[in-house]
Amino acid sequence: MTQTTTTPDGRQIGGVLMNLRNITLRFGGVTAIKDISFDIREGEIRAIIGPNGAGKSSMLNVISGFYVPQEGEIWFKGHRRGPMKPYEVARLGIARTFQNIALFDGMSVLDNIMTGRLNMMKAPIWSQALWWGRAEREEVENREQVEKIIDFLEIQNIRKTPVGRLPYGLKKRVELARALAAEPQILLLDEPMAGMNVEEKEDMCRFILDVNDEFGTTIALIEHDMGVVMDLSDRVVVMDYGRKIGDGTPDEVRSNPEVISAYLGVEHA
Amino acid sequence: MQNAEAAQAGLQSIPALLARNAERFGNRPAYREKEFGIWQSWTWAEAAEEIRALALGFLVLGLNQGDHVAIIGRNRPAHYWAMVAAQMCGAVPVPLYQDAVADEMAYVLDHCGARFVVCGDQEQVDKVLEVGERAPSVEHIVYTDKRGMRKYDHSHMNALADVQAEGRAAAQRLGHELEARIAALGYDDTCVMLYTSGTTGKPKGVVLSNRNIIETGRNTAAFDHLTEAEEVLAYLPMAWVGDFIFSVGQAYWAGFTVNCPEGAHTMMTDLREIGPTYFFAPPRVFEGQLTSVMIRMEDASRFKRRMFRHFMEVARRVGPALLDGKPVGGLDRLRYALGTLLVYGPLKNTLGYSRIRVGYTAGEAIGPEIFDFYRSLGINLKQLYGQTEASVFITQQPDGQVRSDTVGVPSPGVELKIAENGEVFYRSPGTFVEYYNNPDSTASTKDAEGWVATGDAGFFEEATGHLRIIDRAKDVGRMADGRMFAPKYVENKLKFYPNILEAVVFGAGRDMCTAFINIDLTAVGNWAERNNIAYASYQELAGHPQVYATIKEHVEAVNESVAQDPMLSGCQIRRFLVLHKELDPDDGEMTRTRKVRRNIIAEKYADLIAALYDGRDTVSTRTEVTYEDGRKGEIRATLKIEDARTFPTRTMQKVAAE
Repeated sequence: MTQTTTTPDGRQIGGVLMNLRNITLRFGGVTAIKDISFDIREGEIRAIIGPNGAGKSSMLNVISGFYVPQEGEIWFKGHRRGPMKPYEVARLGIARTFQNIALFDGMSVLDNIMTGRLNMMKAPIWSQALWWGRAEREEVENREQVEKIIDFLEIQNIRKTPVGRLPYGLKKRVELARALAAEPQILLLDEPMAGMNVEEKEDMCRFILDVNDEFGTTIALIEHDMGVVMDLSDRVVVMDYGRKIGDGTPDEVRSNPEVISAYLGVEHA
Repeated sequence: MQNAEAAQAGLQSIPALLARNAERFGNRPAYREKEFGIWQSWTWAEAAEEIRALALGFLVLGLNQGDHVAIIGRNRPAHYWAMVAAQMCGAVPVPLYQDAVADEMAYVLDHCGARFVVCGDQEQVDKVLEVGERAPSVEHIVYTDKRGMRKYDHSHMNALADVQAEGRAAAQRLGHELEARIAALGYDDTCVMLYTSGTTGKPKGVVLSNRNIIETGRNTAAFDHLTEAEEVLAYLPMAWVGDFIFSVGQAYWAGFTVNCPEGAHTMMTDLREIGPTYFFAPPRVFEGQLTSVMIRMEDASRFKRRMFRHFMEVARRVGPALLDGKPVGGLDRLRYALGTLLVYGPLKNTLGYSRIRVGYTAGEAIGPEIFDFYRSLGINLKQLYGQTEASVFITQQPDGQVRSDTVGVPSPGVELKIAENGEVFYRSPGTFVEYYNNPDSTASTKDAEGWVATGDAGFFEEATGHLRIIDRAKDVGRMADGRMFAPKYVENKLKFYPNILEAVVFGAGRDMCTAFINIDLTAVGNWAERNNIAYASYQELAGHPQVYATIKEHVEAVNESVAQDPMLSGCQIRRFLVLHKELDPDDGEMTRTRKVRRNIIAEKYADLIAALYDGRDTVSTRTEVTYEDGRKGEIRATLKIEDARTFPTRTMQKVAAE
């Protein structure tokens, strides 16, 4: 279970970080996820793909703890996880970005990213209000971390710009920055490339790879763009109508007949 | 005499100047760089220590005297340090354009035989690795930014900080060797080698000696009274001679502070935060700023717009006179003072020009309106004329004698003469030593007495002794009927319109002149937005009928003004088209310093030029484009060709150049 492997490009992939066992999720009479099991190993980039309505986003919401499945178990870092509040999820080291951007439009990029570090700020409210003692110290420390992320994602020029004025591609990058600010162990990306042009996609790919490489962050992502998924990920889970129909390296998945007929078949026709 | 002075003082190299500065200005800031949102700074003493550590590190890696060290990256203190550290070791720094693609880099790296390459980041390292066997001399790569570099094969690669650490550790062992190498640096040894951008043919390596750089630095610092208190923003390509003179030559001579922005895209914010006292920018930067000011004023409230217009009118009338110290009436002074309070002060602050004492522009002609706009605000913007082979300075404008149509008087120590055909020749202490490994080109450019041909045609104004440049000497030609053809003269007039980014005029040996126009996406895009004109791409906007109509107005206005000049009235544009793509250095259509390459454009767009002359109304074309990462693509377009009205030559009054 704790074997370590090395990828062709020299990254270390550790043991199982999260294990999902026989997950079933129902909304009333609709079964969104049917008895799915897979694991996410430490340091890997794990993609979940599938046609529209396959249950990918539901799966991500299960991982993030937003949905609680009716059946099945989720093991995270060797502990079985029960239902959780959002802040508990964040404290566990899970951060995410959203398919439809969820930033504070009126706030600057910097302030938006700072919200990602709220969990690290422990100063009492009076201290924060007076901007004195512990609050000031904490703010400076956290700002330093945030600046490193700003530098990392190359968004220095929009540091003080209100998010509402930014183009779509940059908003996505700010979302990634906010998620990174929480220093997550596992980062969930819900369609990080959706609606982007080729150049923005290439940038985002590079950032995702760099995050994984530099911080060793485990990444689970959902994506439509097959080229992107196959290039980026170490292992891929393929879903169709709530079922898992494939699981393995991009090459294995590509040659899986069931996957081809369900998903890739459309493109290869 | 002056040479003897400097030689006596032992200030015969940049490292010697560094030692003097560390002693004399030890606690004054030498470098600042914005990183992680904060301006980090290094005093001269600290910078000297950093540079020494790096030089020792280079020695550990085996850098020899006479080696070439290529430096590829954006303006960062570490890269300036690398240049000076290389000099300390007796090696020659060769800064390269960081936006050059691997092919261009291969030629230069191979030509200078660089053994060491200092790269700014992973992107540059990748390019050098891609060059690989095409530049077999490269042995070591040193990189500044560690990001993404962990996986690389480090057998011949080090991070700059690690090289410094090793250098510090080896200080005892190699200190004497380094001292000896610094002491061996002579006044006529090579200081730096810079590659010309090359409007024609392969780039040439211009060798500049310590004498060239230090004499130029001293003369020009005296000319503008530069002191150690100046602040400059280093944002222009490090491979460009101007940056080397401003950020190294003058900075080390006068001991002032070099500020490096966070990145190219934050330059405007950083400019505002630093508020430089001494500033250089090519005309397009000033144009861009003026365009953005005007666009923002269009969106301002009616009251603010009226206030802005009123006081800008006052400034136009009074500002330049005040700046030149000419007499101005009391009431006008009062009006101007009020204007400073309400408009000019805040505006200058927004632009980052609150503290500016001396500003220069050069490289291309600057529009008189643009030039006057900045001068009327009280910004001492001047023009200079120069080239790499002269260590920049050939002529410059003294305070109080500034006009938009001249390039000033010869810089201190520079001799000028005008040849029969109008070409300008110069001889100066800054005149380059040679083109590296290219004696033929050296001989054809610099004669035995040291006179260098500039390649530009110009003349001296009788009354003032100022030099005026008409055009590139080789571009000045004749039309089919023998009338004079000076394309740049017309192009510059066209480019003064904010809507027009670039223009290329054809007509040598033809019976009429025609032009390609590039629209300015910022200005035209904003106009389109305000007029509810939807467009999906540059190409679509460029082909829009209303855009064509606007450009046609501009072309006709230019024709009318060209017609005023009997000598050049043949250069009126009869037909033009708006290009479907922006001219781009990546496609070889411009140099890295954004000068139009006529021959390449004429060759590449031969079909369009043919259409301009055979009377067709539209032309279909396909154009190959190169993306930033070097891949190629293709654009197809059908372009409309428009006729423009021309005007009869006015012969009554003589407004001509000569």
